[in-house]
Amino acid sequence: MVESQSTADGISLTLRDEGATQALAAALAAVLRPGDVLALTGSLGAGKTALARALINALPRPDGSCAPEEVPSPTFTLVQIYERAPAPVWHFDLYRLSDPGEVEELGWEEARAEGIVLVEWPDRLGALLPEDRLDILLFFPEHGGGRIAVLQGGGCWTERLGGLKLDAIEQA
Amino acid sequence: MLSKPLGKQERKSYGDGMIVLGLETSCDETAAAVVEDPPFIRSNLVLSQLDEHRPYGGVVPEIAARSHLDHLDSLIERAMREAGVGFGDLDGVAATAGPGLIGGVFVGVMTAKAIAAARGLPFVAVNHLEGHALTVRLTDGLDFPYLLLLVSGGHCQLLAVEGVGRYRRYGGTMDDAVGEAFDKTAKLLDLGYPGGPAVEQAAAQGDPARFALPKPMLGRPGCDFSFSGLKTAVRLAREGLDSFTGREAADLAASFQASVAEVLADRCRNALRRFAVEYGQPGPLVVAGGVAANAALRARLKTLAEAEGARMLAPPLALCTDNAAMIAWAGIERLRLGVSDPLDFAPRPRWPLEDLTERAPAPASTAAPAPAAARV
Repeated sequence: MVESQSTADGISLTLRDEGATQALAAALAAVLRPGDVLALTGSLGAGKTALARALINALPRPDGSCAPEEVPSPTFTLVQIYERAPAPVWHFDLYRLSDPGEVEELGWEEARAEGIVLVEWPDRLGALLPEDRLDILLFFPEHGGGRIAVLQGGGCWTERLGGLKLDAIEQA
Repeated sequence: MLSKPLGKQERKSYGDGMIVLGLETSCDETAAAVVEDPPFIRSNLVLSQLDEHRPYGGVVPEIAARSHLDHLDSLIERAMREAGVGFGDLDGVAATAGPGLIGGVFVGVMTAKAIAAARGLPFVAVNHLEGHALTVRLTDGLDFPYLLLLVSGGHCQLLAVEGVGRYRRYGGTMDDAVGEAFDKTAKLLDLGYPGGPAVEQAAAQGDPARFALPKPMLGRPGCDFSFSGLKTAVRLAREGLDSFTGREAADLAASFQASVAEVLADRCRNALRRFAVEYGQPGPLVVAGGVAANAALRARLKTLAEAEGARMLAPPLALCTDNAAMIAWAGIERLRLGVSDPLDFAPRPRWPLEDLTERAPAPASTAAPAPAAARV
């Protein structure tokens, strides 16, 4: 179940279970386009990779089929690329990086030019982090299970945030 | 990419002292090694393990292609010197061509191609995972087939190894790799880096029964893994404590490691039973990759294998973690089957082991083919 609440700071959601994570992923997948950057922030175990996995598998393959595939954690490989429509998804995990310059080695420019970028630990990007981005903050609620997700839009996303079909999801 | 059989006059038969230079630059390590056949490691250098390259205690990953480029030439020179061979003594050059970071892989592959072209030597594009998979044949002379548990920071999979280039995947992780779970657990418990040894050390002092952590996938059919939830459970267990001391860290580390051991044993049991049916023999079970260095996990897997009537083997630690000797050896394995790669072979950042099968040479004489029943 997803509960959402709009605030001046963005949209706050309660993700009670995996189904809610998938519902959020589906809502995001419906509006994604080439060039988009989604920055996933949260501590270890907060669910960044789980949301990225749901999002990648919520997007169709280039041939239009919907076939889920394994989305392993990219912590050690640093980046994984998935062929998806409307654009390839570049899934970065910058946890192990120490210098923003290293991101260039991972194909950051190419990813920005052709793909949809999902990036975990975006703080490692420094000045490379574009203003046009959707920030998704994930954390554990003070009481009870599940996760809290806060969506904040920068640049074009301030408007696009309102177009997210979160009302199709059960709300509190 | 098609493999090119060597011309007749170039072909060397097994056992005449083939010597191959191997290069590994696919991820954090820059490495060069010289290995010969019959199996003998003449030199095996890993940059981060050389004293003069430990500015940060060897913990900062050298992911930059620039770094590989800066160090590879001198490392090759040193590996050749320590091996006591010149380029004229080589029978081939092998380099990791994937999977891995494209920049690093390019440096190794281009260097290997340059040496091969300049010296008229065959070039072998080696799959990094195949390097791990075949190491036990370098160290123990093991015959095919065998069951492989490949567990490292970035990989976690169970495979039936039928021969060079012939792998059948039984299962893999659906989220985190085991080594990654160890590293992140170490971080959550403030145990330092590298996480694997840190957790193992703490666990040795701890009570594995104190915390009831989940054992993901335990008892389920199949050979897949999942470790993400276990990591989160460690975090929640810590947050649920009123005080967190060395005792708590040790007990949580021990509970975590015990869960991992049980899950690995459970998945390997399923794999060993499937392997016994498909290949008509009990194992052996080979454990490779950096996580194989964990003594507690090794002991648990050895007990499991023995209970299933199988042997368990694990290469020595220095050959479990990323190295170039395994790449040189994989090169030898291919060359002695008469297989090398064209100089226009393109590095492959994503390169699952099963994809090798399509370019695999004919099965080696030591490879017992799977019974017909397995080939469905």
